[in-house]
Amino acid sequence: MKQPMPGGGGRFVRLAETARPAIALCIDGRPASALEGDTLLVALLVQGRHLRQSEFTASGDGARAGFCLMGACQDCWVWDDAGRRLRACSTVVAEGMSVRTTPPASPWGETGARP
Amino acid sequence: MTPRTVVVGTGPAGVRAAQALVQAGVRPIVVDEARRDGGQIYRRQPEGFLRSHATLYGSEAAKAQALHGDFDALRGQIDHRSETLAWNVTSGQLHTVHTPSGCTQTLDFDALIVCAGATDRLMPVAGWNHAGCYSLGAAQIALKAQACAIGSRVVFMGSGPLLYLVAAQYLKAGAQVEAVLDTSPALPGWAALRGLLRRPRLLLRGAALVAGLRRAGVAVLNGVLPLRIDGTAAGGVSGVVVRDARGAERRFAADAVALGWHLRAETQLADLARCEFEFEPLSRQWLPRIDDCGRVSTPGVYLAGDGARILGADGAESAGRLAALAALHDLGHARGRALFAAEQDGLKRRLATMDGFREGLARAFPWPHAHAAGLPDDAVVCRCEAITAGELRRSVLELGSQELNRAKAFSRVGMGRCQGRYCGHAAAEVVAASARIPVERIGRLRGQAPVKPLLMNTQEVGDGGCDD
Repeated sequence: MKQPMPGGGGRFVRLAETARPAIALCIDGRPASALEGDTLLVALLVQGRHLRQSEFTASGDGARAGFCLMGACQDCWVWDDAGRRLRACSTVVAEGMSVRTTPPASPWGETGARP
Repeated sequence: MTPRTVVVGTGPAGVRAAQALVQAGVRPIVVDEARRDGGQIYRRQPEGFLRSHATLYGSEAAKAQALHGDFDALRGQIDHRSETLAWNVTSGQLHTVHTPSGCTQTLDFDALIVCAGATDRLMPVAGWNHAGCYSLGAAQIALKAQACAIGSRVVFMGSGPLLYLVAAQYLKAGAQVEAVLDTSPALPGWAALRGLLRRPRLLLRGAALVAGLRRAGVAVLNGVLPLRIDGTAAGGVSGVVVRDARGAERRFAADAVALGWHLRAETQLADLARCEFEFEPLSRQWLPRIDDCGRVSTPGVYLAGDGARILGADGAESAGRLAALAALHDLGHARGRALFAAEQDGLKRRLATMDGFREGLARAFPWPHAHAAGLPDDAVVCRCEAITAGELRRSVLELGSQELNRAKAFSRVGMGRCQGRYCGHAAAEVVAASARIPVERIGRLRGQAPVKPLLMNTQEVGDGGCDD
């Protein structure tokens, strides 16, 4: 079942290949679904309007939703529950995956360092 | 002794380079950041997707299928390392990291063939930091690799063949295309046509794409000046405003914009390998100096494909094969020398044709450098850190930067997440215009290692948890 994120419907529009099996994931603690083979970026943007907030909001900057989709711009970073950084455009969704669109409180988590 | 060869990239150039090495009896290591081969142009959709090659690649389906099939046939004869980023080059060594595990490796090479490809070339437009702005390549990847449109009402803005190709692909796939806004004039000059006529069938295909868009009722405007992308910090894009060729302001409502001004080469590895660069005045960008076989100023390093010269996929296939054979020739490899002697003339002729066409494209779809230089002070140049043209100009006018890397140090433009990939060319135009220095004398942003951000879990092999 789709759980629309704040802002209403999704940004991306599926045009084909919609018969793939659904898989369950968790976005910011809420249950959500995606299709097998989706990138994390697509899974987030078919049900939401953005991926994260710019860390330069003082400059009037706001929501971000990725830019290049080919791993070059690094605009699409999100985080897993352990605070590890994921590049959403090149990460494939997996059953039970849990992601966060806000960075972890600890900057060490953000770097992806292992304890 | 078998030469140690490493190929970076599995797009058209990398696949043909690897294939040539295998045919000469060499087993190369082939490194690519992506999960699957094909590069960007022939990017393969994930397993489980059902669209045909014809649906995905249109008129280029046979070439895509051949490239994928030929790469599949190389399995077992190459050491293929997917999801592996080549993040630095030092003398005779390539440094890689397997991105899912964080495991690093240092690969010793006798010949390194870098087929790093290209990204979109971007010009900032006021408001391009809003959510819903994407590169043209991104719009195409969303469709090709994920069967999605980037929005429910999409405007395509920029210039170059990809602008029309992706808009036409969106239309065909059932997306809502609001407008195609080209900064280039409608009619190319004679010099442009002369180049474009080197590949007449491709020229006709391009003309047919434009005609098809117009027939479908899509607004196709030439000679526009991008004014701004409307939107809000919270909600993202709501429209695109341009000045049309007659000087009238036109607004197109949209929730997504795909932007691109042809392509820029990914040259960071060439830079780290200390290759000499030269300024290419037609496209106004710095490129590694290569000879007609892809040799550079650093012995043992070879460049092929769009990462060296933007010749497109067909040119990349020829350049990849030629560079690999030249590498074996230079190493004194007997079978490589024989293949090189037999094929070099034909491959070079093909590349000369492609290069003539490249020149035609660069003239027909020019980089609108004056637009970049004239960006309003409040327009964001660096998307990564929301740094404006005004701040960049201040680094020149108040802090005295007369060189691009110095302007970068003062303003941080080029230091963010993308490391200048998307702001660098426009930043050079802004700094050059502010300093009243020709852009070729303002310097170029130097590539730095790692070429992309690494995670802190990056670890040496043998440090536990890494496969060898």
